[in-house]
Amino acid sequence: MSQFAINLLFVGASFALYIGIAIWARAGSTSEFYAAGRGVHPVTNGMATAADWMSAASFISMAGLIAFTGYDNSSFLMGWTGGYVLLALLLAPYLRKFGKFTVSEFIGDRFYSQTARIVAVICLIVASTTYVIGQMTGVGVAFGRFLEVSNTAGLLIGACVVFAYAVFGGMKGVTYTQVAQYCVLITAYTIPAIFISLQLTGTPIPALGLFGEHAASGEPLLAKLDAVVTELGFKEYTAHHADTFNMVLFTLSLMIGTAGLPHVIMRFFTVPRVSDARWSAGWTLVFIALLYLTAPAVGAMARLNISELMWPNGGISGEAVTVEQIENEPEYDWMATWQKTGLLDWEDKNGDGKIQYYNDANADLQAMAAEKGWEGNELTKFNRDILVLANPEIANLPSWVIGLVAAGGLAAALSTAAGLLLAISSAVSHDLIKGAINPNISEKSELLSARVAMAVAIAVATWLGLNPPGFAAQTVALAFGLAAASIFPALMMGIFSTKINNTGAVAGMLAGLTVTLIYIFLHKGWLFIPGTNSFTDADPLLGTVKSTSFGAIGAAVNFAVAYVVAGMTKETPAEIKALVESVRVPRGAGAAQDH
Amino acid sequence: MSDNSSNAAYWSANVRIILISLVIWALVSFGFGILLRPMLAGISVGGTDLGFWFAQQGSILVFLGLIFFYAWKMNKLDAEHGVDEE
Repeated sequence: MSQFAINLLFVGASFALYIGIAIWARAGSTSEFYAAGRGVHPVTNGMATAADWMSAASFISMAGLIAFTGYDNSSFLMGWTGGYVLLALLLAPYLRKFGKFTVSEFIGDRFYSQTARIVAVICLIVASTTYVIGQMTGVGVAFGRFLEVSNTAGLLIGACVVFAYAVFGGMKGVTYTQVAQYCVLITAYTIPAIFISLQLTGTPIPALGLFGEHAASGEPLLAKLDAVVTELGFKEYTAHHADTFNMVLFTLSLMIGTAGLPHVIMRFFTVPRVSDARWSAGWTLVFIALLYLTAPAVGAMARLNISELMWPNGGISGEAVTVEQIENEPEYDWMATWQKTGLLDWEDKNGDGKIQYYNDANADLQAMAAEKGWEGNELTKFNRDILVLANPEIANLPSWVIGLVAAGGLAAALSTAAGLLLAISSAVSHDLIKGAINPNISEKSELLSARVAMAVAIAVATWLGLNPPGFAAQTVALAFGLAAASIFPALMMGIFSTKINNTGAVAGMLAGLTVTLIYIFLHKGWLFIPGTNSFTDADPLLGTVKSTSFGAIGAAVNFAVAYVVAGMTKETPAEIKALVESVRVPRGAGAAQDH
Repeated sequence: MSDNSSNAAYWSANVRIILISLVIWALVSFGFGILLRPMLAGISVGGTDLGFWFAQQGSILVFLGLIFFYAWKMNKLDAEHGVDEE
């Protein structure tokens, strides 16, 4: 059977499974559509939340970004897991006690203001839509590869699949489907990693292999990797090169953003009790950590494999790989298949029949190149987002592993896109239309408007996804910055301070969102349209602060503005203070209102 | 629901646990993983140093411990203050 057929088989079988589960657990009432009747066990909920959370950014993109940057991209690992500590300690139990369906409902009630609720909906839509753009980038890469079409065609096909899939069921369908998706994606992520770890280090656990010994040379794996990449003129893998201030801010933005993303917070409304919300956050992180502890090993090992494939004759002092080898030898097949997607390319610039891969911006390597007659790096394009999907092919693993990874990547992208679309649609239909515009809307019209909102969101995200502002994980990082600057501070202040009033919260959210959005647009282009940016992340407006790191500053602005404005305006009424007091204690959570 | 003074004691005990946990949270990530990494450079772990390990694995393991510790501690605290769910 050809690789193409095997990929189709794995992807098709996994899809049939998800759709089957969605039909089996199809949502009936609106209550079920949003929160699955609150009957979800913490471990089940944790697994589904993990699938919801780990998107194309985690699965497809993150290890690639770590592979080509090394230590400096550790921010993704710490940021996307550390946020769960904030979520578990500062938000989840109280929001569950509050007992409504959506994040904006909490903000609207706690800040006793329809305006606050609408502002929260806007923040949520902006952050979630940006997040979906990142997912669409990943979906494009995955579909492009497994259908063997261009990235753009892959994106358009993927958009249709995501839409059909998300419209199918509500949260209940999504919850159990996501459990299935978690199983598919974690298997798909770890199996190739185990194979590669065994090949390189003899250890079946990739997380241990990363700090283990490189079997072929007897040196520690990371020391070997450092030696190999510096020889090619790249920065030492394990060393700290990035600006420290920006790295701290970036990590913090991802952490705060994690705790401010509506589709993740929503999951904690669906557990039966307050104590379950606390456990559920822990279980979620257990399931996430299985992937996150493997990801840095995947990145490091893939980087080593690629470097050795490009210099198969004893590193840079030997001969580079020849064009003939790339075209004919089976271990280079992946290069031809990925070239079709337009995300990988090479060019024999000096016409010597070999492909020299090195850092042509490095002075030492330029001197060597002049001596040897090289005319620049000839591995001209290597999109970071292809690394994880190409990894099993790079390591020459059996073809069923490659099919499994294709299915896993799609599971990751689909589950998150569906969760986000659900958050967007519930924000529009439940909070905006039913909560603010037309409270008497029928249940049927509410469900219809939810689906229309999904369609619009996916159309916008697909259109913007054709020219994404960065690799999948970078676009997603922008979404985290927006959530960090707008939603998280409002939720935290709503629980931990009785002083913040309606005007303070609204002013804080608007200030945080606006300043962050402007900073991002100044660097990434207005509405992410290429060429309309005034600055670049290489040379940012404020010191070393990149647009992906600005969320933490936006959050600080939000807190500060809210405190100042609340201090100048009318005090919070007594009944709201009583509401805050009651949210703080778990007793009575069973009595949470239903709709 | 129990009286207000007991609720206030419950809340301040909760805030104290949160603060201690967040200090550890920041120490392992921003501290050991980034800012204090040069200090830990002498301790080598598998071809690199302890700071690298904290940045790529250690912090995640500590985060896990923190969340489960908090859930366990709070469930105990709920019962002590009589505010647990029946």
